[in-house]
Amino acid sequence: MRKTAGTAPVNKIISFSAVDGFGNRTAIFLQGCNQNCLYCHNPETIHPCRACGACVEACPAGAIQMAEEAGERYVAYDISKCCNCDTCIRTCGNSASPKIRNMTAEEVMEEILPYFPFIDGITTSGGECTLHLDFLTELYGLVKKEGKTAYADTNGQVPLWNKEDFLRVTDKTMIDLKAGTEKDHRKLTGMGLHNPVENIKRMAELGKLYEIRTVVVPGVVDNRRTVELGSSLIAACPEVRYKLIKFRHFGVREEYLNIPEPSDQEMEELGDLARKNGVREIVIT
Amino acid sequence: MTNDMTQDILYTIKNPRVTFRQRLKDMAKIAENSVELVRYTEKSREYFENGAMMDMFEGKTPYRTRYCVPDYELFLRQGSKFLMLEPPKDIWDAVGNLLCLYHNIPADGGLPVYIGCLDELLEPFVREEAEAEKAIRFLLTHVDRTISNAFCHANLGPRDSKAGRIILKLTAEMQRPCPNMTLLYREDTPDDYLRAALDTAMTAAKPSFANDALYRKDMGNYAVVSCYNVLPIGGCGLTLVRLNMHKLPELAESPEDLLDRVIPDAVTAVCDAIDSRCEFIVDDCSYYENTFLYDEGLIKKDRDHMIGMFGFVGLAECVNGVLGLHRPEERFGKGKEADAFGEKIMRRLREEIDKRPCRYGKYGLHAQVGVMEDSGGTPGGRIPIGEEPELPFQIMNFIRMHQDCDAGCGELFPFEETVKRNPQYLADIMKGAFRSGARYLSFYGSDSDLVRVTGYLVKKSDIEKFRNNEATLNEATVNGSEVHRNLHLLDRKVRGEAKE
Ligand code: SF4
Ligand code: SF4
Repeated sequence: MRKTAGTAPVNKIISFSAVDGFGNRTAIFLQGCNQNCLYCHNPETIHPCRACGACVEACPAGAIQMAEEAGERYVAYDISKCCNCDTCIRTCGNSASPKIRNMTAEEVMEEILPYFPFIDGITTSGGECTLHLDFLTELYGLVKKEGKTAYADTNGQVPLWNKEDFLRVTDKTMIDLKAGTEKDHRKLTGMGLHNPVENIKRMAELGKLYEIRTVVVPGVVDNRRTVELGSSLIAACPEVRYKLIKFRHFGVREEYLNIPEPSDQEMEELGDLARKNGVREIVIT
Repeated sequence: MTNDMTQDILYTIKNPRVTFRQRLKDMAKIAENSVELVRYTEKSREYFENGAMMDMFEGKTPYRTRYCVPDYELFLRQGSKFLMLEPPKDIWDAVGNLLCLYHNIPADGGLPVYIGCLDELLEPFVREEAEAEKAIRFLLTHVDRTISNAFCHANLGPRDSKAGRIILKLTAEMQRPCPNMTLLYREDTPDDYLRAALDTAMTAAKPSFANDALYRKDMGNYAVVSCYNVLPIGGCGLTLVRLNMHKLPELAESPEDLLDRVIPDAVTAVCDAIDSRCEFIVDDCSYYENTFLYDEGLIKKDRDHMIGMFGFVGLAECVNGVLGLHRPEERFGKGKEADAFGEKIMRRLREEIDKRPCRYGKYGLHAQVGVMEDSGGTPGGRIPIGEEPELPFQIMNFIRMHQDCDAGCGELFPFEETVKRNPQYLADIMKGAFRSGARYLSFYGSDSDLVRVTGYLVKKSDIEKFRNNEATLNEATVNGSEVHRNLHLLDRKVRGEAKE
């Protein structure tokens, strides 16, 4: 499917997820990210596909084909043929994936509706889902109509505090805090710290913050600084959780496999630090 | 077992893998099976022979019911003349009285498959919590070490209670397979209590959860016993005869023939066999008249309390076989046509059963979960392991195929570690499933030592012991070890997405 107006590139839909917010949630992953974190765990979600065709050759199932429409070349993906071997993703040199379906909010809704009896709501994630705010606003609106909740999992780079239409249909956000200083943040993500911090503050004020999350990466950034900043931002909101996520090698690009994984003790110490600074609920994972 | 009785006896006497009590039971079974006095009809004999029907190794000369579900509440209210017990005054009396009755249950195996809705029975006696915990621990330990059978089932009521909380806490702590446990869930069960129960389920693989509203409508005041069998309290499951649906394609010439001729024929065979066995139990052996439970009103001999259990397995294989389905996406569990046909079969089965007058009490339809000798049929109307669709579709399929299983059915889902930190996740799934019409669900943490084998629990470490020729206390281990191998249960899809 070609990208057309009103659609968003859907990378994956997970019917039931236990790790994307409150209760059971349907998680919808959108393609494309505005940060490029050194340790990205799903690098294939960063860039849009540029239709080079390399993966088409590699696919053992004939699930991806080159196609052309209105003079534009694109990769067509047939989900029913795909065996999820991920050969295409390993082949792609562009941090992209051909397994993308460009879908309208209504199409997504139709697909996830059978899950609704069993879920608290949906969470959109990425990539970076807020790059598709219009789509999200429409989708969330439909979800709310069915009496379910809508969460956005975001890196906080897109200012949300002034997006009233979007906020009206958003229950909660879950925002990354990747580093505690401007320098660290730029080094790690290529982007500044201002917007994530501002988003965290403003969403917390609005009661629309479910959790903030920090991936703990030893040696790359000053993790204590990150946790100190994070704690100070949410200490006044007892309902907001601080999730401390262990950096793991799973899914990471090869060149970063030499970064060590943090020890349990390091994680506990950071948890204690957050607790000392007034955070009520700390989740270490 | 071989036909040569001496061989059987020698094997039983020498078997290093069983305890003395199990040995005694096996010896009794050999004696019982040495005569065959039940008068089966021609039709029943035909189906026993072609393999489409099975007697569940219940014994060739049944002198007792398969399951006996005494009214423990009445027992605690009135004491027992026969057992010379006064109504209990405190929790220790109550626990003591219950244990006395547990050891006097006249059912297959000589041990109870139901030990009561424990929290409701004991809550009136809970005064001081530490004392209550001590008494309940004593009860649970005694049950585990002496009844030692994971088919033994305790229930928990839908209301939050001190006794219920204590039982959940001890269950998580003790990590023992016996007793199996079911919480009877209702819409008004408090979320907080439900989460506590789910927490326990994730570490101890129990309790499971029954849809109280649905079963109460079907069975009245009911209990979940053994492997998800649902029976009226004060009643008996007299016998269980099982239809092996996976064998039906061999008998049918076409899908229509299956529905119009084979199913009615098979229902006659199974119901005949149930009636024949009931006749022996009730009339020839005077089962009821020979037990004080009946004299004292703890079990009743009337239509609503005598259940002939009509079991079935292998719906999936039946559908795939008759329709000749091979491609994964068109088979039972994924294919639209296959699922619609599966539902048709189940509806037809129920219709035929309802048409048939029952000689003793009434027939209850039960989705049977398998025995250790099984290799061809998936439990009840479940989707075969390895062919499951995504969880929401699996649940919807389970609901659809088991709508008429008033005598019980179950589906189980292993979940991975991440789910433990989010019990609301399971609560959402469970409530959604029950609102959509699911009857029964079991969850368990895929990393816990206690695993669910079809319906009951065994310890992984006990299975290892059994394979190494050591005796284990739990009789179900013997079953578990074989069922494991035959049904490759450890291959079940583990749920819960680990993204991070
Ligand atoms: S994962 Fe990629 S390579 Fe593998 S079958 Fe699917 S599209 Fe083809
Ligand atoms: S997914 Fe990657 S390899 Fe495939 S066409 Fe797009 S850019 Fe090329």
